Amino acid sequence: MPVSFFLVLSALLFSIGIYGVLARQHAVLVLLSIELMLNAVNINLVAFSAMLQEAGLGGQVFALFVIAVAAAEVGVGLAIVILIYRNRQSVDLDELDLMKW
Amino acid sequence: MFEPGLIGHIAWLVPLLPFLAFFVILFFGKRLPDKGHSVGIGAVAIALVISLLSFIELAGGRGDIEKSWTWFEFSDILELEFGMKLDFLTAVMFVVVCTISLLVQIYSTGYMHGDSRYTWFYAVLSMFTSSMLFLVIANNLMQMFVGWEGVGICSYFLIGHFWEEKENSSAAIKAFITTRIGDVGFLFGIFALFALAHTFNITELNLAAEEGEIGGTALTVAALLLFLGAVGKSAQFPLHVWLPDAMAGPTPVSALIHAATMVVAGIYLVARMFVLFEHAGAALDVVAIVAGITMLIAAVLALVQDDIKKVLAYSTISQLGYMMAALGVGAYTASIFHLFTHAFFKALLFLGAGSLIHAVHSNNMSDMGGLRKYMPHTYKTFLIGSLALGGIFPFAGFWSKDEIVGEALRASSEGTQAAALFVLVAALLTAFLTALYMTRVCVKTFWGEYRGHGHPHESPGSMVTPLWVLALATCVVGFLGLPVVGPFLDWIFIPGEEHPGFSTSYNIVLPVASVGIAGSAIWLGWQLFYKERWKLDVLKGPFAWTYRFVANKYYLDDIYLGAIVKPIQYPLAKAANWFNQHVLDGVVNGTAAGTIASSRVTYAVIDQGVIDFAVNGAAGLTGVSGGLLRHVQTGNIQRYAAVLFASAALFVAALAFF
Repeated sequence: MPVSFFLVLSALLFSIGIYGVLARQHAVLVLLSIELMLNAVNINLVAFSAMLQEAGLGGQVFALFVIAVAAAEVGVGLAIVILIYRNRQSVDLDELDLMKW
Repeated sequence: MFEPGLIGHIAWLVPLLPFLAFFVILFFGKRLPDKGHSVGIGAVAIALVISLLSFIELAGGRGDIEKSWTWFEFSDILELEFGMKLDFLTAVMFVVVCTISLLVQIYSTGYMHGDSRYTWFYAVLSMFTSSMLFLVIANNLMQMFVGWEGVGICSYFLIGHFWEEKENSSAAIKAFITTRIGDVGFLFGIFALFALAHTFNITELNLAAEEGEIGGTALTVAALLLFLGAVGKSAQFPLHVWLPDAMAGPTPVSALIHAATMVVAGIYLVARMFVLFEHAGAALDVVAIVAGITMLIAAVLALVQDDIKKVLAYSTISQLGYMMAALGVGAYTASIFHLFTHAFFKALLFLGAGSLIHAVHSNNMSDMGGLRKYMPHTYKTFLIGSLALGGIFPFAGFWSKDEIVGEALRASSEGTQAAALFVLVAALLTAFLTALYMTRVCVKTFWGEYRGHGHPHESPGSMVTPLWVLALATCVVGFLGLPVVGPFLDWIFIPGEEHPGFSTSYNIVLPVASVGIAGSAIWLGWQLFYKERWKLDVLKGPFAWTYRFVANKYYLDDIYLGAIVKPIQYPLAKAANWFNQHVLDGVVNGTAAGTIASSRVTYAVIDQGVIDFAVNGAAGLTGVSGGLLRHVQTGNIQRYAAVLFASAALFVAALAFF
């Protein structure tokens, strides 16, 4: 299979992720969208790694790192969301605009 | 006794055992009947046995052992090693860290009894010990940096152990951030050395500097950056401000981390890279001068503290200055010897102070007094520690301090070594001050009448035993430096470096003089603080301003707070707003007013019509643009994200088209 298939898939996933991050109101859905974007990146990394096999397994190792970091990020992110919910009874991002002038 | 090379095979167990203990205590500690302390104590006890084995074997004349594995490889450019370097310096540090850690952990079973986070406390102690040993065993700077940061974070946890009080958590944050400033220097120093020599390996770096492969200004700068890291960690001037505040932690922690082990990491770093420092131009002179300043100002500060732990904290800073200064004048062995002896007697003093605090429930010496009747064991051991710190024969501090003074004298007599002369004067003055403030502490706690509340009592056996072990060590370790017994310095040697034997710098006049200085300081202290022969009213009279200056810690904290912390603390928008309101408007209005006044006399029309308009316009424009810009900061995170993505897309487009 040509590598472009993977790139198109990854681009689509990434765009959906961006849409989710920008348009969704609910913090959990935004976190999920970030996961989509990270996985799009992973697909890219693995696809290129498979394409450039003589360059070694760097791409796949990086994908593993991304997965590990993503797991940590979701852990921290959800903890923050829960704390915000406890404090404000809402995780609607439009209402979370305390950090302004 | 054991087959050769055995140490090379098992030395890595020393940092590994406490590391495993950390996880065991963390996951299972709460379910164990003793809440996990025996795991930590057991691990460090085995580590101590291995350390002693390696100490004996290396002292027996075995060469250095170095082993390494590839940890991480990034094409041909960068290879990170994970290795161990075992020489006498490592072995000395091993013994110091394991001994103190073991005794502190035993002591803590009594001191921390009933604490709500007892298990967590032991877990972090194990982690700290492991990080410190990892730092010590490292054969390359990157690995050392990992351990370095590890001890930093453990120190943060332990200073803030009683975080229910805001003050304690603030102290933890202060310690963390202040040392971080140094760590940035350390990291950049590592980068600079890698750029110069293309290696992180300590042996190779030292060799490259010695053979002149790297040198010049670049090497000096790199060495100074490394030294900045040491300044932060070892609490040298001007980054020493965190150490006194770090006394907010439990006292055993102060003994282990903030007196005997972690704070000597900076000394260890400079000692490890000593050959490189020697060849790095003026770097060693800078080390000597900074250290000289440190030991003096800290000793003066120790004189005016009421909190017994803060006296000891400033004393630690001062003694670290001694070690650093010794390195600065090229007295490598003397410095490590002082590090070795200081670890014992300072841990003893801290644990003694902990025992006092445990008994009277206060850190302040104004709540103590007359305790020698109530706490005989603490009294005797504390006195031994004080005499050692004061440099009285035959206790540990006498031997090592004397060697440093001797080496400084030798260095200052060789050619025009202004820095060495400064160190010599500072060291003698500090010796006097040290004996004086320790006399003050002893008089205020053990003599006179009891001034506190309740009934003080001697501490339990788990706390007294470590005190006596350390007191015994304090009495004997000094003799390791005696030329007859077995020269400590013959054991430590730098590859390819001639070191002066003890005998060449040994001089009977010097020890007599230094004991005389310390003795006269003790006599003066006795007259001043016990007999109160001269009524000293520090708040009045000609010296009042000096006292205020010292009591406020030279205003360094205030300067840092005002000049660095406050401006960063508030959001940038507020800072911009403030700037707009006070500075820009102030300047603009002032200019405008001045212009108007002068224009009354002469070119009223042009002035008012043209210049004022322009000036007001500029002010207005600034205000309006500021007002517009602040709307960008909506607080809505999705709008920020949109801007981020749009700009990223723009950059990519620009990259593609141009």
